[in-house]
Amino acid sequence: MALPQAREPFQFCTRLSLQEATGLAARTIPQLLKYLRAVPGSVIYHHTHRFLQEHQYLTPEPPNDFAYWVTEVLGEKALGEQLNSIDTVQLSSIRALRERLAQTLELYLKAHPPTGLRRARPEEAFHFIRTISVIFPTPYRVSDLNGFAQALEAVSINSLYYHIFESRLRLERGKNDFSFWLEEACAEARLARAVASLDPYSHTMEELRQTILRLVRQRAAELEGRCPSPSTPTNRS
Amino acid sequence: MSVTLDSYEPIVGRQVLDEIRFLAEHLKGRRVLHVNSTAVGGGVAEILNRMVPLLNELGLKSRWEVIKGGEAFFQVTKRFHNALHGRAAEFSRQDFRLFLETNAQNARTLSLEAEALFIHDPQPAALVLEKPRQGGRWVWRCHVDVSDPQADLWRFLRRYIDRYDAAIFSAPQFAKPLPIRQLLIAPSIDPLAKKNEDLSEETIREVLHRLGVPRDKPLVTQISRFDALKDPLGVIEAFRLAKRTVDCRLILAGGGASDDPEGSQVLAEVREKAGKDPDILVLELPPGSDLEINALQRASAVIVQKSIREGFGLTVSEALWKGRPVVASAVGGIPLQIAHKYSGLLSRSIDGAALCIKQLLNNPAYAKRLGENGREHVRHNFLLTRHLKEYLLVLIALEHPEDVIPL
Repeated sequence: MALPQAREPFQFCTRLSLQEATGLAARTIPQLLKYLRAVPGSVIYHHTHRFLQEHQYLTPEPPNDFAYWVTEVLGEKALGEQLNSIDTVQLSSIRALRERLAQTLELYLKAHPPTGLRRARPEEAFHFIRTISVIFPTPYRVSDLNGFAQALEAVSINSLYYHIFESRLRLERGKNDFSFWLEEACAEARLARAVASLDPYSHTMEELRQTILRLVRQRAAELEGRCPSPSTPTNRS
Repeated sequence: MSVTLDSYEPIVGRQVLDEIRFLAEHLKGRRVLHVNSTAVGGGVAEILNRMVPLLNELGLKSRWEVIKGGEAFFQVTKRFHNALHGRAAEFSRQDFRLFLETNAQNARTLSLEAEALFIHDPQPAALVLEKPRQGGRWVWRCHVDVSDPQADLWRFLRRYIDRYDAAIFSAPQFAKPLPIRQLLIAPSIDPLAKKNEDLSEETIREVLHRLGVPRDKPLVTQISRFDALKDPLGVIEAFRLAKRTVDCRLILAGGGASDDPEGSQVLAEVREKAGKDPDILVLELPPGSDLEINALQRASAVIVQKSIREGFGLTVSEALWKGRPVVASAVGGIPLQIAHKYSGLLSRSIDGAALCIKQLLNNPAYAKRLGENGREHVRHNFLLTRHLKEYLLVLIALEHPEDVIPL
């Protein structure tokens, strides 16, 4: 059986990034907090997602830059753990993420005032950096689940990154692009939910790609009658 | 065999190269000019040698010009370099005049027509005075650490730097506040260069045999110029502390002693400190010992870079690329290359370095994991292909001031 065609094709885009210095650097936690509140959203995005992208081969613990610096440079392990365990996947915007990070620092400083006195060596200061994202389409434009799976296998990690992280959080589209297309254009609500419920922050990007591929291929096989659907009764008891 | 973009496919994968090609589609025909002060020797020339033909292969019109200057000019700019790194130097008005005259002469003879011009380091920085006449977007690509420059020299250079559209620094801690945009691009290593290419076990064995390095004990290696800032004496102390509990052999290999009086002094101190210890081998490598460095790194159980001060410290990426676990000081650009306990170990003292060496020698599985992570980190972040991609991105960023740029 041929696969149903999506109402709208899915255009795989990709996103490459360049870093720009802001000239701001913190050596203490109060300074970190002050700049965290003041810098543009693209800076918060950079420091909460850079590690993830640069260390995409690591599992399963990619910390954000703030957590890493507080832990490894200032030696504040408890605060580092708190910053690290902020559940980014539950937050829908950079504003919300900034607020949660700032609150965590504030509460910790109130409860442990001496922490505010810790000072990094000048060469280990925390430098605030902005990400410039350049977004452009790839040649992959697909209209059914098989085409989607083939393209997903061929695109770069950056494309995955763009459709999963950047569109959801930084561009504030609420959910990742894949789930949005699967639900709106393919009427695949269950598959869309399964993809949306993956926590991209606790997988490597390659694992994430393989998990989504497995889900999509399984559903394509069900639609083509190559394997039974878990939601429909089969003749096997 | 000439190197093309496809030569990198087995190393970085098709997807990465495809993406560079898609991006370059948007920049086809752009005229890009690089200007620096030397055609051979040094990291900048090495990178441009590969980068310029690759940009052309991608459909841009890329050129590379080298400024000409007399011996006196290069002596002045050598002192510029030292003073930018915080080593005091005195400059006369004549020095500054010679710098400007040489730049003006080059501006008259070089063809500066391009949509984007990358002017590398201070030597040709005053070419920017031609910007109003030539047009184009001008970028000052600074490869040196200017975080703590000599004030009078920096004031002088600022008259020119401030006229650029943007500056590029290798790391945020090397930058200085400027009124222009400051982009960040780390340097890179070329995985196809002799210093980094894969070697067979047979070649490694042959090279170590020739160098007289036995392999009966795990090798702890630091490869660096014999320079006090690389702290070879501290490496010997750390090694001796580690050796109390785990048997190993130290290799200190490097050059810089034959043509540099300070280097020979440091080498003499190293030899004295090593004494007659049969487990410390001090090797003087002549310039161009790329194969030897490659083989020594690949044969090592742990690679150390215990610098007191460092530029970007790209030797760390070279070591990580060989999948070796690295213990390095948290200075200069090294923390960008090593995330502590993820892709290597960072230390801040002799005792700390000794502890890291012991941890790695006593835990081969941990050492292997850090080494593998380190290699992947370099694959994704410090290879020439990433550098090439970022040059393309700079061309786009110069034309768009915003944070999110849809093409």
